[in-house]
Amino acid sequence: MEIPRSSGFQLRHMMCEFGQLSRPDGDVTVFQGDTSVTTAVYGPGEVRMNKEILNKATVETVFKPKSGLPGCAEKMFERTLRNTCETFLLAALHPRSSISIIVQEIQDSGSFLSCCVNSCCLALLDASVAMKFLVAAVTCAIDSEECIILDPTVKQEKDSCAVLTFVFENKDDSILAVYTTGSYTVQQFQQCSQTCGEASKAVFDFYRTSIEKKLSKAT
Amino acid sequence: MADDFKYGPHEKDVRPDGRELGEFRRTVLNIGCITTAEGSALVKLGNTTIMCGIKAELAAPKPAEPDRGFIVPNVQLTPLCSPHFRPGPPSEQAQVMSQFIAEVIKNSGCVDCQNLCVVPGKLVWVLHCDLMCLDYDGNVYDTAVLALLAAFRNTRLPHVEEKEEVPEVTMDKTCSLIVSSQPVSSTFSIFDDRILFVDPTVEEEGLATGMVTVVTVGNKLCMVHKPGGSPLKSEQLLTCFDRAFDRSKEVLRLIEETILSVER
Repeated sequence: MEIPRSSGFQLRHMMCEFGQLSRPDGDVTVFQGDTSVTTAVYGPGEVRMNKEILNKATVETVFKPKSGLPGCAEKMFERTLRNTCETFLLAALHPRSSISIIVQEIQDSGSFLSCCVNSCCLALLDASVAMKFLVAAVTCAIDSEECIILDPTVKQEKDSCAVLTFVFENKDDSILAVYTTGSYTVQQFQQCSQTCGEASKAVFDFYRTSIEKKLSKAT
Repeated sequence: MADDFKYGPHEKDVRPDGRELGEFRRTVLNIGCITTAEGSALVKLGNTTIMCGIKAELAAPKPAEPDRGFIVPNVQLTPLCSPHFRPGPPSEQAQVMSQFIAEVIKNSGCVDCQNLCVVPGKLVWVLHCDLMCLDYDGNVYDTAVLALLAAFRNTRLPHVEEKEEVPEVTMDKTCSLIVSSQPVSSTFSIFDDRILFVDPTVEEEGLATGMVTVVTVGNKLCMVHKPGGSPLKSEQLLTCFDRAFDRSKEVLRLIEETILSVER
């Protein structure tokens, strides 16, 4: 039975596991409620000749859905992830090399994009790739009674009239990326960005405790 | 040249082509230019040109949704429009654009799939929206959304009568497609992490450090698409929304004027 979670202004329970895979330079499985994603990072490594950029590293992302072949929607997803990662990675430190990020869907139980962005950020931390700042993504939904639901489940997303995902950075809390579906007013957009901005602090705290836990285990 | 471009004009709030930061290029709209399609439009935004044709086809609906038709958007970025594209299967950008258009249609609800139903459970309309880019000079998203909307407004579906289980299409009697809302897109570029300007050309897109696309419908927003790029404060996003609402008024006036002149 599904226990009702994320009611009101709370994120679902977050959890992560590092080092489940042996080959990648960094990998993590992030659980956000029932939503889970595994991300692996290779790099900075060798780059294919035709993708080489002279003054910075080429960032590649691959998104693998749970089943079936990736279509147009997945391409858009992949591009959003790549553009987001390109912004916060210090790609100029590794010219003529490639950083590839592979995102594998394990289960989508709502707020999927934000889970993917968070797992990318953690995997890049695990791979010790230099970054400008950290990013945290939070999804919220506006239901038919115009209430804001933080970190919605699939059912809540389906019943709502709009779903908004924000990606924040931790330097001066600006908005790095936005992805929305459904229609909403400017006021609702502002409320959502504010609520998500506050919730993003919990995600940054989660990063800190996870990395602390990982490092204390290592010594 | 790039450095000159970078530190010269934008600092003084003027752009290389003489526009101000908040100024769109001249928009030219031609409606109903393809007679073989059910609806069509040609849009020019500066040099960027996109042609949209809408073809209607009868098909059987999905069993799960017997009263809903289909809308299939398809964006083509051919080698004709820019040396950046190669012949062959659609590039990543073309796929992303097709998906963007599909989401704009869905989020804005401009054409309700239930209105495309002819005989529930048996026959529905499939609208193939083909968007062909003829000249790629930046800001293709706004141009494509405008071309799509204008083509929808121009679309007339033939009357279908079912006689003894066989559908009969009569072209003499047609009715306009019901367009319930009008999405208008506005794209903003971020330059040097702080300067925001609208309607980038392809040169400006290459130098930009980020982009935001805002799609408005009526007095609501139906899409705020910012895939990474320079971080923005929410106040900066608000100024984008204000400009987007102004732009939507301009665009809708242009569409109304063009439709009137076509009918005359």
